[in-house]
Amino acid sequence: MLYAILCYHDEKVVGSWTKEEDDAVMARLDVVHQRARGQGKLGPAARLLPTTAATTLLKNQDLVIDGPFAETKEQLLGFYVIDVSGLEEAIEIARDLTRANPGGAYELRPISLFLPGSGAT
Amino acid sequence: MTELRWIDAALASARPEALAALLRYFRDLDLAEEAFQEACLRALKTWPENGPPRDPTAWLTFVGRNIAIDQVRRRARQHALPAGEDISDLEDAEADLAERLDGADYRDDVLRLLFICCHPDLPATQQIALALRVVSGLSVKQIARAFLVGESAMEQRITRAKSRISSADVPFEAPGAVERAERLAAVAAMIYLVFNEGYSALGGEASVRAPFCEEAIRLARLLLRHVPGEPEIMGLTALLLLQHARAAARFDANSDIVLLEDQDRSLWDRKLILEGLALIDKAMRHWRTGPYQVQAAIAAMHARATRPEDTDWAEIDLLYATLERLQPSPIVTLNRAVAVAKVRGPAAALNMIEPLAPRLSGYFHFFGAKGAFLMQLGRADEARTAFDRAIALANTAAEAAHIRMHLDRLAKDGEMAFAGKSSAGRA
Repeated sequence: MLYAILCYHDEKVVGSWTKEEDDAVMARLDVVHQRARGQGKLGPAARLLPTTAATTLLKNQDLVIDGPFAETKEQLLGFYVIDVSGLEEAIEIARDLTRANPGGAYELRPISLFLPGSGAT
Repeated sequence: MTELRWIDAALASARPEALAALLRYFRDLDLAEEAFQEACLRALKTWPENGPPRDPTAWLTFVGRNIAIDQVRRRARQHALPAGEDISDLEDAEADLAERLDGADYRDDVLRLLFICCHPDLPATQQIALALRVVSGLSVKQIARAFLVGESAMEQRITRAKSRISSADVPFEAPGAVERAERLAAVAAMIYLVFNEGYSALGGEASVRAPFCEEAIRLARLLLRHVPGEPEIMGLTALLLLQHARAAARFDANSDIVLLEDQDRSLWDRKLILEGLALIDKAMRHWRTGPYQVQAAIAAMHARATRPEDTDWAEIDLLYATLERLQPSPIVTLNRAVAVAKVRGPAAALNMIEPLAPRLSGYFHFFGAKGAFLMQLGRADEARTAFDRAIALANTAAEAAHIRMHLDRLAKDGEMAFAGKSSAGRA
């Protein structure tokens, strides 16, 4: 069975960590990553940039707005990881996906750290 | 991370929004600060027992507001009753608050809080000190340390700044579109000042002054969260991130400044660079260019180059040309000339900076660049004259040492042979 673990935290708090504190958290996490990876249980993992770096495509209106997807009526149902030259290309792909599946929204959030993972292939 | 450390971080990150909301209710900075302080003390008492609230900002605003209302009432009993305008809409504040905390529409509150710190009557250093004290919540001790002054001197400076703004008219009504744009520009300039206070530090001072850069980035992100669709605020944030990304590479073991071309690029912070690049991408989509966006785009050209020789100088030349149009200044032209030297050669660059001579006759980088262009053209004697002048104007030992390196080279080679290192390339 594949599971996604979605990470939530107050980004203002995480953003106020010093570099040393941030590094310490990442080092502690890395120990857990290593263990899960050794057991072939860790798929790809990603750390996202803050929501200030996000752009949202409201699919029904084909409207691109700055910032994260802030509505609470919709639920998170899935995600893609894409490798593109920049935001324009990311929006293009999101629009392609919209044509196949209208309704709801896509939030485009740059990834700051990507771990390809070994298990869960 | 211990529980206490987590609470501290939560309190610090909730501060700007909570304080901004309290300021709107009470229209009195001191009262708002006291109320927030008191609310923090209560949080330290109750959060470890009851667990942290779902929304710390809302909790602190609500508790702070009740504390301040109590205080105002107590004062009112001691003194004559204050006029109604001293307390804004307390009657229906409850309903208003609930709505506010849900909608999280703190935009104008936060903008106002930042805006009062950049009152035009306040000199730059007081604006910076005030923003760090009031908005960022740094202690007077921390601020004094970063400014390299004594604590009591800083205390006085902040007190003076506060009394200055409390006697000024702080506009509390919601701003119109034009006014909001003006406030935004003033606040952006103030945040840039905070950043520069750290970024312009040299040598051993740089690490002591690093908090200026970090706080400025935090303020820029805070502003961007509240005005997410403003391309210039994206540009400002990107600019700060891209410049700060190079912090670890900007000084060598002797605390001497390392020029951009000589920096160890593996020391650049990839995460900050990615965030900066993402923000520029977002800003570009608006097709509303501005000085911060252009400067960020220039910084991005450097950040994208894995090696100095990969730098797209032609694009940088174009970007500086845009910046010259938006914000004409001899310094911008001088910087452009460095790019021009790479793209069209030193003769074109020299032509470009020659007219700047009267205005930059006391500017180290002007003579450093001029000397470098002349040296590349093989005009050794003139180059030497320019370098001598640069050394006389050098602000630091490192700057002088860098020019002396050129002079030694000239003496050794007796001719040009040296390709393209310019002193105007800012680290």
